[in-house]
Amino acid sequence: MSFISYLINGISLGSVYAIIALGYTMVYGIAKMLNFAHGDVIMIGAYVVMTAIAGAGMPPLLAVLLAVIFCTVLGVVIESVAYRPLLNAASSLAVLITAIGVSYLLQNVALLIFGANTKSFSSVVPVPALALAGGALTISGETIVTIASCIVIMIGLTLFIKKSKAGQAMLAVSEDKGAAQLMGINVNGTIALTFAIGSALAAVAGVLLCSAYPSLTPYTGAMPGIKAFVAAVFGGIGSIPGALIGGILLGVIEIFGKAYISSQMADAIVFGVLIIVLIVKPTGILGKNIQEKV
Amino acid sequence: MALLEVNNLGISFGGLRAVNEFHLKIEKGCLYGLIGPNGAGKTTVFNLLTGVYKPNEGVIRLDGENIVGKKTIDINKAGIARTFQNIRLFKDLSVLDNVKAGLHNHYRYSTLEGIFRLPKYHKMEKAMDEKALELLSVFDLDKEADTLAANLPYGKQRKLEITRALATEPKLLLLDEPAAGMNPNETKELMETIRFVRDEFHMTILLIEHDMKLVSGICEELTVLNFGEVLAEGKTSDVLNNPEVIKAYLGE
Amino acid sequence: MKKMSKTTKDNMITYLMVILIFIVVQILTSTGNVSSLLQGLLVPLCAYIILAVSLNLTVGILGELSLGHAGFMCVGAFTSAFFSKCAMEAIPVTGLRYFIALLIGAAAAGACGILIGIPVLRLKGDYLAIVTLAFGEIIKNIVNVLFIGKDENGFHFSTKDSLSLGLEDGGKVIINGPQGITGTPKDSTFIIGVALILVTLFIVLNLMHSRSGRAIMAIRDNRIAAESVGINITKYKLMAFSISAALAGVAGVIYAHNLATLTAQPKNFGYNMSIMILVFVVLGGIGNMRGSIIAAIILTLLPELLRSLSDYRMLIYAVVLIVMMLFNWSPKAIEWREKFSAKFRRGKNKSAKEAA
Repeated sequence: MSFISYLINGISLGSVYAIIALGYTMVYGIAKMLNFAHGDVIMIGAYVVMTAIAGAGMPPLLAVLLAVIFCTVLGVVIESVAYRPLLNAASSLAVLITAIGVSYLLQNVALLIFGANTKSFSSVVPVPALALAGGALTISGETIVTIASCIVIMIGLTLFIKKSKAGQAMLAVSEDKGAAQLMGINVNGTIALTFAIGSALAAVAGVLLCSAYPSLTPYTGAMPGIKAFVAAVFGGIGSIPGALIGGILLGVIEIFGKAYISSQMADAIVFGVLIIVLIVKPTGILGKNIQEKV
Repeated sequence: MALLEVNNLGISFGGLRAVNEFHLKIEKGCLYGLIGPNGAGKTTVFNLLTGVYKPNEGVIRLDGENIVGKKTIDINKAGIARTFQNIRLFKDLSVLDNVKAGLHNHYRYSTLEGIFRLPKYHKMEKAMDEKALELLSVFDLDKEADTLAANLPYGKQRKLEITRALATEPKLLLLDEPAAGMNPNETKELMETIRFVRDEFHMTILLIEHDMKLVSGICEELTVLNFGEVLAEGKTSDVLNNPEVIKAYLGE
Repeated sequence: MKKMSKTTKDNMITYLMVILIFIVVQILTSTGNVSSLLQGLLVPLCAYIILAVSLNLTVGILGELSLGHAGFMCVGAFTSAFFSKCAMEAIPVTGLRYFIALLIGAAAAGACGILIGIPVLRLKGDYLAIVTLAFGEIIKNIVNVLFIGKDENGFHFSTKDSLSLGLEDGGKVIINGPQGITGTPKDSTFIIGVALILVTLFIVLNLMHSRSGRAIMAIRDNRIAAESVGINITKYKLMAFSISAALAGVAGVIYAHNLATLTAQPKNFGYNMSIMILVFVVLGGIGNMRGSIIAAIILTLLPELLRSLSDYRMLIYAVVLIVMMLFNWSPKAIEWREKFSAKFRRGKNKSAKEAA
């Protein structure tokens, strides 16, 4: 039974990674940049929800909505102020280092406002736990909601990209920015929309993560952010189903590693997986191989 | 024996047959032109010759030795050097250092000799400086030896790329559209330089070009590529009068 | 030949600057003008400077981003401290022991550099950044669960706790998991630190202006062209990366031999440290070794001098990092700067304007 419960926990954690990984993968696909600050948007989202509930007494659902809006705006602002001027820079390191700077900025702003102490985050999930097999296996409400949200988001996003005009524009921009521009697509607008969606998802991920693991510090987002990037690379960066597969696999590996190998070594195991994946299949499970044009 | 002999060369990208049953024979010392409409596969041929792409089938013999499957750097060591359609210089290095990078495999000393400034370092660096300046003076670039490559005007960047390729002491020099973006005067000057390089260095040169004036002015033999296949080949005047070729170029 | 003497002169200025700073600090210390707090910072500062120069080799010369430099430093620190503690009785001569410790720290970190570099340097820049980050976290993680003890039967290892080492009476724990290594001889001094800075500069600057350095920079500027002139990409990337890692290991040796207790925490060997060093490199100018040194000195000493600002220190770092990148790399900012400098130079002479 413990095996199944670990598996379910792994899938639940993996669902959060998958939602975060979507943000990485979409941004990477379109802007060809690694948005290092993505993980910290998660943390900001969680702080917004916490403040809105504990400070302003908002109902949880409204607080989550507020966090989503806040993070969406934040993502768009970050993109337009810090990243857009560097999209055509001579070195691709430039935008990467800037993103690291933004990540650092968000962490330290949170540190100044909320302090370094761990805040306890009360779950916003109203769903009761589910007892199966005569009480031998309980699935928490948070787990159910997390997995369900992940499924809904995946389906919604896939439909959005396949069916909507904006989604098609995203595909076009990720294929060839120049050609997309010539076809009359608003490239900057599309990139901004990608950041908006990614950041909104980060807010959702933040709420889910902190509901399941109810402690919050300014560094809460950093590690899940990096792991979600690992998940995105694992699944094949740029691929939406890849983010799902990579996220779930990584979550399961992490929980199993914690349970069966060593709880202190769980992070090392996750990162070890990344290194192995990059050696064996650098493009990830579902990634495309792109050759530089000579 | 011909310096370069290519037979039955082919490559596909996905379902697209980019080059098919390509063949080419270049004698030593020849100035050979590879022409064809846009998208005919000319640069792909260069990339196959230099090991950037691995052909699906075919044989490429340089001086009798099959070089198919070799890596780019080994093909350079075997004796093929090239320039690029979109200039690829080491833009944050000086003009001199660009050429010295080309001399990399001919003037050797170890990393430790370099770090500890042992006698061999000084000897080799001096020899490299002299050789590089000598090459640069051929192209009238020696005055700009200390300039950053990125700061050179366009025409000189093209020349520097040729100088760098020559520094690797190739048997065969591949020039990918050397006159692209040049005005008629510059093109004329470039023609002189290319001919000079051939005579002075006894170089065999294969060049891709769109500028018909340049091609008919300096190339002794031509191969015309169309849709990845050889449309015509032979003496320049014969090829340019070939009705098939005229048709492909005028698009009738 | 004119170029040669110009770079030699430039290098000399860098060496002289370090020596001059050393002399000034020595004079200030002997006249009692340096607070004990600042004196305590001098040795770590030497380690940071070496770290910054070594990271600049990776970022500025090789053109790749490493976010795990603190990890290489950690390897150098722990292997050398482990050695020094074991050899304290066997090699009583401090100088010799320290020298061997340096070699061990550098070799271990360099070996990790090769180990990480072989699979990863084939990949594009962003991946190297994330893998080095992963490496740094793995190292920190491993060190925190590592227990090594020694008794008459030899060494004992465990990843659980010091009790499970099963040491005989009289055996002692050398690496005690999260408590790290206690009692490393405090052999690092400011003089040694400065000497090692000079050695680091000597290696990096001479490498830059040699055949291998040219190959490394050629790869940075254009990989495909470098291949086409017969430069072995993997060899030179790996060379630059492992030298950089080994130098980070040297920084670790200095750092470790200045502490009573060496532990691996996020603060000293984690991601934050790697970022701090990156800030030094970016602020000092990517590829500019002298700049890295100056930035490391200013950014280490300034917050200590202005302690009231310490809450905002990291925040200021973050803003500085972003603003510097935007100012230095944004095409619009470059255009604006060029216009500005052209206006500034107008009237002086025409050739200067063309060069801009």
